Amino acid sequence: MISANLLAVFYLISGVLFILALRGLSSPETSRQGNLFGIIGMAIAIGVTIVSVGNFSTGFLYLLILLLIGGSIGTFIAFKIPMTAMPELVAGFHSLVGLAAVFVAISAFLNPEVFNLGSQGNIKIASLIEMSLGAAIGAITFTGSVIAFLKLRGIMSGSPITFKGQHYLNLILGIAVIVFIFYLCKTQSDSLFWRIIEISLLLGILLIIPIGGADMPVVISMLNSYSGWAAAGIGFTLENTALIITGALVGSSGAILSYIMCKGMNRSFFNVILGGWGATDQSSSSKSKEQKPVKSGNAEDAAFLMKNASSVIIVPGYGMAVAQAQHALREMVDTLKKNGVKVSYAIHPVAGRMPGHMNVLLAEANVPYDEVFELEEINNDFASCDVAYVIGANDVTNPVAKTDPQSPIYGMPILDVEKAKSVLFVKRSLSPGYAGIDNDLFYRDNTLMLFADAKKMTEEIIKSL
Amino acid sequence: MEIDPFIFRLSIFILSIFIGYFVVWSVTPSLHTPLMSVTNAISSVIIVGAIIAALAGEAGNIFDTANIFGFLAIILAAVNIFGGFLVTQRMLAMYKKKKKDKK
Repeated sequence: MISANLLAVFYLISGVLFILALRGLSSPETSRQGNLFGIIGMAIAIGVTIVSVGNFSTGFLYLLILLLIGGSIGTFIAFKIPMTAMPELVAGFHSLVGLAAVFVAISAFLNPEVFNLGSQGNIKIASLIEMSLGAAIGAITFTGSVIAFLKLRGIMSGSPITFKGQHYLNLILGIAVIVFIFYLCKTQSDSLFWRIIEISLLLGILLIIPIGGADMPVVISMLNSYSGWAAAGIGFTLENTALIITGALVGSSGAILSYIMCKGMNRSFFNVILGGWGATDQSSSSKSKEQKPVKSGNAEDAAFLMKNASSVIIVPGYGMAVAQAQHALREMVDTLKKNGVKVSYAIHPVAGRMPGHMNVLLAEANVPYDEVFELEEINNDFASCDVAYVIGANDVTNPVAKTDPQSPIYGMPILDVEKAKSVLFVKRSLSPGYAGIDNDLFYRDNTLMLFADAKKMTEEIIKSL
Repeated sequence: MEIDPFIFRLSIFILSIFIGYFVVWSVTPSLHTPLMSVTNAISSVIIVGAIIAALAGEAGNIFDTANIFGFLAIILAAVNIFGGFLVTQRMLAMYKKKKKDKK
């Protein structure tokens, strides 16, 4: 056995190690060490908990077996998952944290003596509030993440699902959860506790289905945040510092990422949460503009342009991830560099399906991270660059965001691709992007459309170089 | 008058939110994906609750409903802990700097 005070000190230490783990991510050099701190923090937390429980009989054996099973599954996934599937992996993992929080809350509700929360039917009011909040947020995180996972994986259509009165229904359900928690405190009734969890599960589904594919970066960050608040809620119930610190860290981390993503689209958080973008603005965009002349070219034209350029900026987007074109892209860039062309990469904050998605893919393809730049760092360089190579990005390059106040994406920060001397736009067709609006860039004189799959086109360009 | 221990925990919570705020703003945007996977891994520290739920309680009565929920939560959290940290490790190992000019 271990004294409660000593135990609390150990939990504090693991909380501090988790802070250092996040701190390490301020630069790639320190990040690996940070991750190690995180692992040590986790090992300490688990170790002292086992010692404090002091039950080394059969239960301990089951614990080890389950840790081994879960650990092997996790290890297997971690090594097998392709980098392009990272968004759905993270969504999937969030759902597990959510469900674990629900399970722990249920367990605490059924057997409150173990956690010193009073006895069944007579649980401390504060603990009841904390555990039902933890369970509710956990349940929302669980089903919400499952929906996000299905959408990202393509099992469920990425287009928003909306129906009349949806937001009112969500509001009513949300209020119902709060009212039920209130009555749960008064009556200690089992059935109310289960209702709270059920409603929250439903709410998680309803909250995520109206949100479309390209808004996924916001959704994932938001669910990340929720999983943190759920953990914090459980942390209060269990009076556990490590859990409270971690929950607060993760909660605020996810909230900040959501904020950064929303800012990247110049939309308010509520605007994203309250549903589809493409769904509402489709009508205004389908004004017949299709007849405008477009210059299209082939791989040789593109190769010629880039070989004779002195600087090229690559603008990757979700299309690159879909086509798995990152390795071909790196090869192309290597060839260009051999020809003395200066190449850099420009990444829009909301490119891809999760924060930092493009950066990971480029890193996977061995692109050095100091050649990859964020929007603010590189946007002025477009004016002086010879070729912008847009691969799989669309809305984030649309100059309409700066010129047309009517456009749904007006005010969204965009990459000033149109300022480059020439623009190579790899795209399968002229179809509009996620926002459902036409991209002016297609029709500019300095734009050459390359109609093909991102990977195939890039490979052909390599051959022609 | 004594201060309720809840207030101490609330203070820790609020201050941690601020720490999180400042630490996360200093994370470089190119590492936002590893940030998500590592926060995911550390939030699985909820496993401490699961362990207590599963193991505590009278010996011999380990298959009570409450304990079983604890055991289930242990598996879920274990998947997350190993998966989360290892996939982060794998991603971070890919971030390399430009090679210094060969002489």
